[in-house]
Amino acid sequence: MAARAIWKGKLKIGSTEIPVKLYSAIQDQTVRFHILDDRSHMRVKQHMVDSETGDEVPNENIQKGFEVEPGTFVIVDDDELEKLKPEASREIEIEEFLSAKAIPPEYYDRPYYLGPDGNNSAYFALVEALRNQNKEGIARWVMRNQTYVGAVGAIGDHLVLFTLRNADEVLSAQDLPRPAGRAPDKREINMAKQLVALLEGEFNPADFKDEYRKRVMEFVQQKAKGRAPKLRAVKTKRAPASLENVLSKSIQSLKKEKKAA
Amino acid sequence: MDTDEEQKTTRPFWSGTLTFGLVSVPVDMYPGNRSSRVPLRMLGPEGAPLARRYYSQKTGKDLDADQMVRGYEVDKDKFVVVTDEELERLAPKQSRDIDLRLFVKRETIPPIYFDRSYFLVPSSGSEKAYRLLVDTMEESDLAGIATFVMRGKEYLVAIFPENGILRAETMRFPDEVRTPADIGLPEMKKVPKATVTKFENVIKKKTKKELPRTHLKDEQSDKLLKLIEKKRARHKDVVEVEAPERKEEKVVDLMEVLKRSLQGKKRKTA
Repeated sequence: MAARAIWKGKLKIGSTEIPVKLYSAIQDQTVRFHILDDRSHMRVKQHMVDSETGDEVPNENIQKGFEVEPGTFVIVDDDELEKLKPEASREIEIEEFLSAKAIPPEYYDRPYYLGPDGNNSAYFALVEALRNQNKEGIARWVMRNQTYVGAVGAIGDHLVLFTLRNADEVLSAQDLPRPAGRAPDKREINMAKQLVALLEGEFNPADFKDEYRKRVMEFVQQKAKGRAPKLRAVKTKRAPASLENVLSKSIQSLKKEKKAA
Repeated sequence: MDTDEEQKTTRPFWSGTLTFGLVSVPVDMYPGNRSSRVPLRMLGPEGAPLARRYYSQKTGKDLDADQMVRGYEVDKDKFVVVTDEELERLAPKQSRDIDLRLFVKRETIPPIYFDRSYFLVPSSGSEKAYRLLVDTMEESDLAGIATFVMRGKEYLVAIFPENGILRAETMRFPDEVRTPADIGLPEMKKVPKATVTKFENVIKKKTKKELPRTHLKDEQSDKLLKLIEKKRARHKDVVEVEAPERKEEKVVDLMEVLKRSLQGKKRKTA
């Protein structure tokens, strides 16, 4: 089934404009629960109350404020917020290019596919150019009252646009102290390297399935029929022996596994 | 029932065990992303801070956390109640640890899978095994891959060493990532060489070494903060209410929490 485009725009590269449609590249499969009233098993409702008195405050009387110091708020009204919104535009302007792996993974936020919306040959020419050069374009655009910075790259024969997190949203390990504690010795490192080498392989996304989601859904279906199975309690376990001992045991058992396979 | 969406305390998001082979490393998990949005508080007409409350449709009365349950809608308005305990018990035993059964070259993971970022820091006593894993991964430039269940959801994670610390990127499962064919994108046709060359020239001309962090600024939030400061200086729309005694811990600086736990100091339990 063909998906619906969520936005239309023009990709600008140099002096060329490529009309594109934007599609979400993800479909969330999370099992969604509702919050229910324990007694009636009906959905709960929400309202805003004065946190001191507990009295309900109707929507039309609610204002928004920023707490500049404890107990002191600066009120910001909707007109002011409206004026801060960026000017609407349909242009996705590619300002510069980077090597395809130059952006650290923690900056990637949401992926979208870009599909051609007329001028297919320019669209696919850009795919090929990005692929040949192994580059990603850094783009800037305004969508639904928000400014985005994103990365345009090629996946297979098509264009993908990732929104990127802004710098304040990503905590950097560079700003953190390295963990305390004694450094491992050479012997331990070598054994650990052997162990990791035995576990090295290729990333095949298809190997991974959300088994738990399936279990939860099966349980829900059975419970709906009044046939919920009894579930065993969870036990917690305790810490093991010396590091070197454990390392050598791990290597031996993995080697055996490999031989048997 | 836990209805808090945001982490407001210094407690780890999750505590558990990272294993490779038979080596187990107890770790605490903290978020590695945070919102850059300016937190605006909802206020009443006189400026009194407001709180969001759940209430019963039937009685109209506000509900406490222990008066609410989680329900899955099997038919319109027909729910099956599922408890936290059931969700916990449904997780297979082996899924409660992050068991690194696979290591891959880190640049081979397509970014389309990456979702959110967390840090795994050693919990007290595990520093040595933790450092052993980090040092080994750093030297071999590998990422560890695992699935595990946390807070009623299964996660696929890639774990990278970064400056001596492990970053865990949660990933989407393959059935959560669409393909161009799922969407119905047209297939590639032969493209004019001249256009490809033209684009390649633009690319070459505009290629940079790295992404300037200044490009990744939240301009809207900056503008809003400026507006707030201006109004404050002019004493415009400033309201003062009695600063309430806060029962819950105030939003804390995540960086500080991480620094504290990495230096092996006890977390303050305020």
